[in-house]
Amino acid sequence: MKTVDLVIIGGGPAGMAAALSAYEKGVTDLLILERDKELGGILNQCIHNGFGLHTFKEELTGPEYACRYIDMVQEKKIPSLLNTMVVDVQGGASCMVTAMSRELGMFRIKAKAVVLAMGCRERARGSMNIPGFRPAGIYSAGTAQRYVNIEGKMPGKEIVVLGSGDIGLIMARRMTLQGAKVKMVAEIMPYSGGLRRNIVQCLDDFGIPLKLSHTVTEIHGKERVEGVTVARVDENLKPLPGTEQFVSCDTLLLSCGLIPENELSQGAGAQMDEVTQGPVVNERLETTIKGIFACGNVLHVHDLVDNVSKEAAQAGAYAADYILSGEEDWGEAVRPRIPAKSKCTLPEERDTSSQVICIGCPVGCMITVKKKKDGSLDITGNTCKKGEAYARSEFTAPVRTVTSMIRVQGGSGAVVPVKTASEIPKGKIQACMDEIKSTLVKAPVRVGDILIENVAGTNIPVVATGNMD
Amino acid sequence: MYDVIIIGAGVSGCAIARELSRLQLKTIVLEKALDVCEETSKANSGIVHAGYDAKPGTLKAKLNVEGSRKMKALSEELDFPYKQNGSLVLCFDEKEKGKLEELKARGEQNGVADLQILDRDAVTALEPKVSDQVVAALYAPTGGIVCPFGLTIALAENAADNGVEFLFDAKVNRINRTQEGYRVETGKGNYEAKLIINAAGVYADEIHNMVSEVRMEITPRKGEYLLYDKKVGGMVSHTLFQLPTALGKGILVTPTVHGNLLTGPTASDIENKEGVDTSKEGMSQVTEKAALSVSGISGRDVITSFAGLRAHVTRWSGKEGDFIIEEAKDAPGFIDVAGIESPGLTSAPAIGEYVADMVKSLLKPEEKESFKPTRKGIPSMALASDEERQKLILEDPAYANVICRCEMVTEGEILNAIHRTLGATTTDGVKRRTRAGMGRCQSGFCNPKVVEILAREQKVDESNIRKSGADSWYLLPPEEGRSL
Repeated sequence: MKTVDLVIIGGGPAGMAAALSAYEKGVTDLLILERDKELGGILNQCIHNGFGLHTFKEELTGPEYACRYIDMVQEKKIPSLLNTMVVDVQGGASCMVTAMSRELGMFRIKAKAVVLAMGCRERARGSMNIPGFRPAGIYSAGTAQRYVNIEGKMPGKEIVVLGSGDIGLIMARRMTLQGAKVKMVAEIMPYSGGLRRNIVQCLDDFGIPLKLSHTVTEIHGKERVEGVTVARVDENLKPLPGTEQFVSCDTLLLSCGLIPENELSQGAGAQMDEVTQGPVVNERLETTIKGIFACGNVLHVHDLVDNVSKEAAQAGAYAADYILSGEEDWGEAVRPRIPAKSKCTLPEERDTSSQVICIGCPVGCMITVKKKKDGSLDITGNTCKKGEAYARSEFTAPVRTVTSMIRVQGGSGAVVPVKTASEIPKGKIQACMDEIKSTLVKAPVRVGDILIENVAGTNIPVVATGNMD
Repeated sequence: MYDVIIIGAGVSGCAIARELSRLQLKTIVLEKALDVCEETSKANSGIVHAGYDAKPGTLKAKLNVEGSRKMKALSEELDFPYKQNGSLVLCFDEKEKGKLEELKARGEQNGVADLQILDRDAVTALEPKVSDQVVAALYAPTGGIVCPFGLTIALAENAADNGVEFLFDAKVNRINRTQEGYRVETGKGNYEAKLIINAAGVYADEIHNMVSEVRMEITPRKGEYLLYDKKVGGMVSHTLFQLPTALGKGILVTPTVHGNLLTGPTASDIENKEGVDTSKEGMSQVTEKAALSVSGISGRDVITSFAGLRAHVTRWSGKEGDFIIEEAKDAPGFIDVAGIESPGLTSAPAIGEYVADMVKSLLKPEEKESFKPTRKGIPSMALASDEERQKLILEDPAYANVICRCEMVTEGEILNAIHRTLGATTTDGVKRRTRAGMGRCQSGFCNPKVVEILAREQKVDESNIRKSGADSWYLLPPEEGRSL
């Protein structure tokens, strides 16, 4: 049996941040267990940008954010076991982790402490009780995201998205950029669960309708999805009779909330929190099971990966303290501070001729732009300088960063994530995508490699945002 | 030229096939779907009924009790999940207690052993979570639960191992008489046999009417179910039925043999023989009625809902409400196995023997000496001991590669499911053989991986992999995906 000081379960943003901070605190005998074939977790499939504004003070794509942490982990030579599934965790004065992998079979690791960093999962169709048939073509948004962004495969042509969380919005854009027709995003609440800026740049940019207070009440098609019934709901979220509308589609994407991945937490006997739906922790992020800490989305679902990294760094540090001092006092349960869920209420009729929503950061300021008599612009409503610049540009010559993926020949995977090195004119998005889709590059590819020199005549290159050997 | 053609690879067809595989007969099973167990046999309560329900003297009563008695030994022989957990028929009204006595008397007449009437205290001692409305119950210790897929697949595999052929994607379009028997025209060619066994479930009427003037009509009776997370699977340990109330026929609350909680079914007669869609009304009906038996079942723990169709006979000249297992009057050598609604799953082992006896008396075949009665199921890493797990991994490291995290199903099990006799070709086929995708995330996590493994093993592109039927594709062909 292997013995280490600290085992970290999950090699995504939480696991890596926890490992790094524990290492810095002096716990260098540690091990990351990751079930996927590479570190990075869900970030690897989140190829869009908007990550890292707090952590790195710049806007990165998911794979880029992951790469930064992977580089740090590798620099410190923190060991990890990939393709390894943990099947059981037990806490106590000495913790026991049972895992399986092709290479090592089933094996146990004894550790002084364990950090749970397994992330979260998406709510499935069954738990939403949507009646109808059970055909192929119902995907969680994350599953579709993996297909499109990691494997370069298309799960359908005509899409309805249920749920306007950020993943749903991002996938509506992603599928559209890949050439699918996204019929609508239906949201049962009277507001969107996603960030305002995602409504602008994922839906508005492409004319995808967001149907607030609407839900899918039936799924049609015995073998493959043939359509869905969408209906308006009342204030109690009950479908209103007579408002049903058949929407033909071959794919239903579900983006209806995330739940901490609780299998191991519960298996360890950790007490669970009804509100966060993750384990109960004290102020040191230790669960009710001695020696087991939790952080990131397995503890509660976070809006921003930057917050995951921050919390995980704390958990790693607390676990290190625990290992080094052997402190026993559990203290009191403290619910992690969960920022109030953003209730993105946009007026259904927005005056787009004078109002813009800033996409510069998650705040999403509503900025009003008025043309003064002298021809200059009067810009109000922004809360930072970036907002003013954005509004000016949006009003005169709107630009966007395009993120997508490019096919790779001879690599370990089918596609590599890419982005335009800077923003390109909004009107060039389609031409840019056409070029990206018809491009085939040879492995290996490293982050930052220029894959298209001058995309769509913009003089702006398309660069890789991930590595591919 | 076959001796016997069996139409339909549901539990009845497969049970018959397995019994016929003991004999020196050339037998083929024709199935319109791409796998066994694709219709009624896959979507039901998974209950081994003790046998107190059926009217004494009926074939249903006889085969139910016989099937129930055979199930345990069969589960050991063929290695499928079965548990004798006992069942309770709950009574909610003092005035109705007499009905429990009637049921008990009926059961005893049918030959059901150890039936007992329990008062409320005795019921709550067995099932602490029953609702306050429960006043008494009929206890049938011989009642059980079984995996309906496990049973059907095991029967089919054993039949195939013993020489029965199976042909899938072979919908029967027409049946003609020949000098020696019948010719069956399917989407996959024509097949002749001396005997035809019609085990076509909700379509048994259409198959019957192809050869007989004595018309049969089957109206599918839909039953909707709710399946709950394993974390509440322990709420009850027995199968809880309800005495019919003013609200109509009751529904059941039961643990499944895999540790989930199952409630249902509704009962509504429908026109569409493919109508396995669930409804909002059905779901709320099940929820409401289940609350009568057990309080505290939370809708939040539902992991999926499904509907199945019982082959309910609405037009027939024979005894009403009984199984129809007989040679058609105007079509010698054409044996109907029709109207096999509840307790069809329980009765299957007895139906197999009963029909085999009919075949024996018609064709007088020899026994097959090489018949091998046992079949080994797919090992389950989730249920295996540490030693067994190590052993499996040592034999094939794929048993250490977890594909379905909810149910802890490994690549080794999935490969086994694909490459064994009558192996899985679809994701539903993998699911029913291994449970990959049956957990709380309902295949969200493992489905792409299962698609990938199926494609790799079949040496085809992933866009060729299906969920169950020919049109149930998952991914666009690469060219089409790129050209959007």
